[in-house]
Amino acid sequence: MKLKEIIERIMQGVFLVCGMVSIASVALITIYMLIAGMPAIIEVGPIDFLFGTVWESTSKDPKFGILPFILTSVWGMVGALIIGVPVGVFTAVFLAKLAPAKVAAMVRPAVELLAGIPSVVYGLIGMIVLVPAVMDTFSLKSGACLLSAILVLTIMVLPNIISVSETALRAVPKEYEEASLGLGATWIETVFKVSIPAAKSGIVAGIVLGAGRAVGEAMAVMMVAGNVANMPGLFKSVRFLTTAVASEMSYAADGSLQRNALFSIGLVLFFFIMLINWTLQKFLKRGDNL
Amino acid sequence: MKRLKKVMSILTVSTVVAAALAACGSSTSSSSVAEQSSSSAAEESSAAEESTVEGNVATGGSTSVEKVIGALSEAFMGENTAVTVTYDPTGSSAGVTGAEDGTLDIGLASRSLKEEEVAKGLKETVFALDGIAIVVNNENTVEDLSLEQIAQLATGEITNWSEVGGPDAPVVLIGREAGSGTRDGFESVVDVEDACVYEQELTSTGAVMTAVAGNPNAFGYVSLASVDENVKAITVGGVEASEETVKDGTYLLQRPFVFVTKEGEELSAQAQAFYDFALSEAAADLVRNAGAVPVV
Repeated sequence: MKLKEIIERIMQGVFLVCGMVSIASVALITIYMLIAGMPAIIEVGPIDFLFGTVWESTSKDPKFGILPFILTSVWGMVGALIIGVPVGVFTAVFLAKLAPAKVAAMVRPAVELLAGIPSVVYGLIGMIVLVPAVMDTFSLKSGACLLSAILVLTIMVLPNIISVSETALRAVPKEYEEASLGLGATWIETVFKVSIPAAKSGIVAGIVLGAGRAVGEAMAVMMVAGNVANMPGLFKSVRFLTTAVASEMSYAADGSLQRNALFSIGLVLFFFIMLINWTLQKFLKRGDNL
Repeated sequence: MKRLKKVMSILTVSTVVAAALAACGSSTSSSSVAEQSSSSAAEESSAAEESTVEGNVATGGSTSVEKVIGALSEAFMGENTAVTVTYDPTGSSAGVTGAEDGTLDIGLASRSLKEEEVAKGLKETVFALDGIAIVVNNENTVEDLSLEQIAQLATGEITNWSEVGGPDAPVVLIGREAGSGTRDGFESVVDVEDACVYEQELTSTGAVMTAVAGNPNAFGYVSLASVDENVKAITVGGVEASEETVKDGTYLLQRPFVFVTKEGEELSAQAQAFYDFALSEAAADLVRNAGAVPVV
């Protein structure tokens, strides 16, 4: 009896420590990002840093304006969602409500596999196949542009949107749909007027999750976007917040303003992700109330 | 009370055991170190070199020499286990300053010393050369460019290949990210610092090669050693880029990697050993593998 109690206590401690690991990590990262990211923002000036349109970190008269990166990341995310949401949600509708069991059994693993493909592979294929294709299609002088990045991001956010939306659609109570059918609606009408509204919060959660992935992705977009610090344009070579950090970090000297500015970009990115997560939480909470 | 005794005895036993284990561990590890150093000493005596040097060699400076100096110091430390070679990538000018004020045993620069630096009593020793190849897509008919033309292409003064004898197609410059040694080398030799109009800034030589191979309008710069048949290296001022033309100075797109030391002041024994090693023939292959051209 005593031994049992001791084991119980110990195990409780173990679980507590495990729980603390992730909390401690988040707390440490937050504190570190604030400490590492603030100096450059203060030195450059928050307005000049956030709204400056020129980034020339290594020139003799360095400029640290990250507005091009912020706008590029926002446009990249919006673009990926504009294409990805209809495709993703309709795929989820197909899988949950329309597909014959055999077809669904083939599509679902494919979607899951899509989620598991490492981002560098997306980047590689994008670089070798998509970039030249975009160049030829739009007769551009170079295919590495925001559009290529958006297309790659679209494919990458699809699995998030599809799997979360499908789960939400499947969770819609059968009675709702049966009632709709009983009132004379067709199956498609039922899906779009009853099932989707009922699963709304879950679908939005999937979309927000996809948005988070689009903002946070670095490797794949680095290989297809061109990485020049231009203000964003669909056919212009652009640099994202993530790639701005990734591409210059290895050469930035310790303690230099350039390195500190990269941490500041990280901090801005961190806030973006927090904002997206907060939105996600809100939608998930609303889902509970339904 | 009885229980306390038991605990105490367990504690003592475990302490003794731990101490014994620790002793074992240290004795085995120290003997293995001794073996290692004796074997490397044997190797070296056959190479007729002394292995008695020990201590630190502080080097630092140009970020471009990182790969070369990394390869050299790794091999050097493999042979001289008692020496630690450190490298601090702070830029050529910081390397020169470090050598001057004595914070570095050997300063590293990827350019020749300026006159005023020589006047301060500094001495340069070229230990490797860095050749930069200009590569275009295989479909591009341009074969030769002058340095001036390259500068005009890079800064966007020339925007169509037909102006330099190529096809009627737009010019696309594909380069490296800010801070890259190859970018720094290209921009400083061609004299287009901070003036290039890039279409893509990629983070590796391989990525530049792939991008140039995939875009008929593109041209880019890569270190000489990485040129392959997927792209076409053009001649600069009529001279083909190769190890020989870089060495004899006829190929213009090159810059020296130099050791900066104080004139007339002796290096520490370990720094001298590293210096000699870097300039020995044994180091030539290491330099070559790191993408630079050896001078011996």
